[in-house]
Amino acid sequence: MAAIRAEGLYKVFGRRPDDVVRQLDEGASTEDVVARGATPAVIDVSFEVQPGEIFVVMGLSGSGKSTLIRMLNGLLTPSAGHVHVGDRDVSMLGAKELRQLRSEEMSMVFQHFALLPHRTVLENAAYALKVRGFDKETRDEKGRDALNLVGLSGWEDRLPSQLSGGMKQRVGLARALAAETDIMLMDEAFSALDPLIRREMQDQLIDLQHRLNKTIVFITHDLNEAMRLGDRIAVMRAGRIVQIGTPEEILREPADDYVAEFVKDVDRTRVLTASSVMEPVTEQAGSHDQYGRVSANTLLSDVFAMTERNPLPLAVVDGDNRTLGVINERTLLHAMVRADEGQAREQEASHG
Amino acid sequence: MGDIKAWLQAIEEWRLPLGRWVEQFVDWLTDTFPAFFEFLSDVLFGGYEALADLLIWPMDVVMILILGVLGVLARGWRFGLGGTAALFVISLLNLWDPAMETLALILGSVVIATVLAIPIGIAAARSDIVSNVVRPVLDFMQTMPPLVYLIPAIILFGVGVVPGLIATIIFAMPPGIRLTELGIRQVDQEVVEAGHAFGSAPGEILRQIQLPLARPTIMAGINQVIMLALSMVVLAGFVGAPGLGQEVLSAISRVEIGPGAEAGLSVVILAIYLDRVTAALGTGSGASPGSALSRWRTRFAGRVSVRARTTKEDT
Repeated sequence: MAAIRAEGLYKVFGRRPDDVVRQLDEGASTEDVVARGATPAVIDVSFEVQPGEIFVVMGLSGSGKSTLIRMLNGLLTPSAGHVHVGDRDVSMLGAKELRQLRSEEMSMVFQHFALLPHRTVLENAAYALKVRGFDKETRDEKGRDALNLVGLSGWEDRLPSQLSGGMKQRVGLARALAAETDIMLMDEAFSALDPLIRREMQDQLIDLQHRLNKTIVFITHDLNEAMRLGDRIAVMRAGRIVQIGTPEEILREPADDYVAEFVKDVDRTRVLTASSVMEPVTEQAGSHDQYGRVSANTLLSDVFAMTERNPLPLAVVDGDNRTLGVINERTLLHAMVRADEGQAREQEASHG
Repeated sequence: MGDIKAWLQAIEEWRLPLGRWVEQFVDWLTDTFPAFFEFLSDVLFGGYEALADLLIWPMDVVMILILGVLGVLARGWRFGLGGTAALFVISLLNLWDPAMETLALILGSVVIATVLAIPIGIAAARSDIVSNVVRPVLDFMQTMPPLVYLIPAIILFGVGVVPGLIATIIFAMPPGIRLTELGIRQVDQEVVEAGHAFGSAPGEILRQIQLPLARPTIMAGINQVIMLALSMVVLAGFVGAPGLGQEVLSAISRVEIGPGAEAGLSVVILAIYLDRVTAALGTGSGASPGSALSRWRTRFAGRVSVRARTTKEDT
C-alpha cells in the first residue's frame, strides 16, 4: 500500500473556493478564475508515494508545491480531494487525531529551519518527543542520537543563533529524525543554504536514507537537486503536475516544452546510468568478453572517469556479471547531445 | 409660515443629548449593581491599603537600600548607586511616604492592568474579529482626556483611592494590549507552523513558542503600562487618591512653585527608576553585561552545559 496517496487535490485561496473548484472541473482555465479574483494554488493533483521512496516535487515559486506539501499533513485543508496517509483520510481526522498523525507519523523540515531560538540545540532536536510527552531522560537520549546522526555531537547546549545556516538545518533534520516518524516532509529544506553546504546536506540525506529508509516528500525548485535526490519526481507548473517519473524518464522524455526547458540545464552525466544509454549487443557472442565492465546503475559521469583506464567500448553488466549491452563512443556522444536536440532543431529552422 | 419658522427654531435649538444618555447609563449601573461596585471597591481599597502599609512600614533608609539592591541586580552597580542616591533625594524632601503611596497605587494598578491586558492581547492576536473590536475601544481609552474618566469613577466608587485606581487601570492598559497583540503576531510564522507540524496543541504553541518569543515586546508594553500609570496616578490626586498627586494638587491650588517642583521631581525620579528596572527585567539581554543578574545567568548556563558534558562523557 502507498504511504501517501493524494487524489484530485485542489486548494483555492480566496472567496467561494467550492465554486472555483467546480469551474476548474468543468474546464475553466486558470486565467479565467484568476481574473475572477480566486487564487488556485493546487489544481487536480493526484499521486502516490511508496514506502521508502524519496518523492520530489519540483516547481518554480508560485507553482503550488509548498501549498501541496502542507495539505499532506493537514496544515492546510484541501478545497477538494483527499489525502490518505496509510489507511487514514487526513481531511476526515479531528483536531486531536490530526495532531497525533503529525507527531507520530509525519515530521517536517522547513526552508528557514524554524528552530525555537530560545531553546538549546538538544531541546530543539527533541521537540517532537516533548510534544508526545516523553520524559526528559528519553528526550535527551533520543535527541542526542539524532544530533549524532547528523554530525552535531558536542553542540547540544548551544543556542540556534550560535550555529551557521547548514548546522541549523542539521538541527532541523535531527528534529525530524528524532520524531521517529516513517514519513518526512521536507519543504525546500536545502534552498536557503550555500551551494557547497547544500551539496553536503544532499549527500548526508542520501546517506541517511540508505540507513533509515524513510518515506520522504521533498520540495525543491532546483531540478539538479531533484534529480540527485529523487527516486521519482513530480514537476509542477501553475498548480498542476505536468509530469511524474524517475529522473531518467523526465530527462529522456520530457512531457512538454516546459519540462524540456528545465531539463536543459541538468547535468545529464549525473542522472543517466550506463544501462539507460547502452546499445544492444550486436557483435558475435563472446567478442565483448575482453571489454572493460561497468555495472548497470553506474552514472555516466563515472563511466567517463573509467574511460581513462579502460578504453571504449565498455560492456554493461548486471549483478551476475551477465552482459546487458555495450557503450561505445557514439553511444556516449549521442546521450550527451540529446539535451540540445531541441535547440539545434530551432536553429536549423531559423536558418531554413 | 409661522409654523415653518417655529420648526426651524426647534431644529436649531435641538441638541444631541449624549451627556444625558451617559448620565442615565451610569445611574442605571449604580442602581442595578450596587453590591458589585461595593465589593470591587472594598477589594481594591483593601489591596491598596495593605500594599501601601507594607511599603511605608520599613524605615526610609531600609526601603531605599532594598530598592537600590534591586537596581544593582537589574542593571549593575552604576545604576544601583545612582538610583539609591536619587531615591534618597525624595526622602530628604520629606516626600517619602507620599512617594510610597504612589508606588503602591502604581504597583496595584499595573498588576491589574497587566493581568487584564495580556489575555485580551492574546485573544486579539488570535482572532481578527476580536482585534477589530478591541482596536477602536483602545483608541477611545487612550485619547479620551484622562480627567474625564475620573467623573464616572467618582460616581461609581466615591472619592478616594478606588476611582484613582480604576481610572489609572483604564488609562494605562491599552499599550499592554496593543504590544501583546503585536508581539504575538510578529512571531515568525514558520516557527509557529513547525509547532503545528510536530503536533503541538494551540495552547502549547502559545505557551512554548508564541509567548516566549513575544516576551520582549510584551515586556516593552508592560513598561509602557507602568509609565502611563505613573502619569495617571498623579492626576488621580484630583479625586482624592493619596500620594505625590496630593502634593502636586495642593501646590497647584495654592500656586506655590517650590512644593510643586519638589513633588514633580519626586515623580520624575520614581518614573526613571521604575522605567529602567522594568526595561532591564523585560529584555533579559537588556541587563547590562556588568549586572549581577546577567552574570548570574551566564554562570548558571555555564554550569548546566558543564554538567551536560560530564554526563555525556560518563555514558
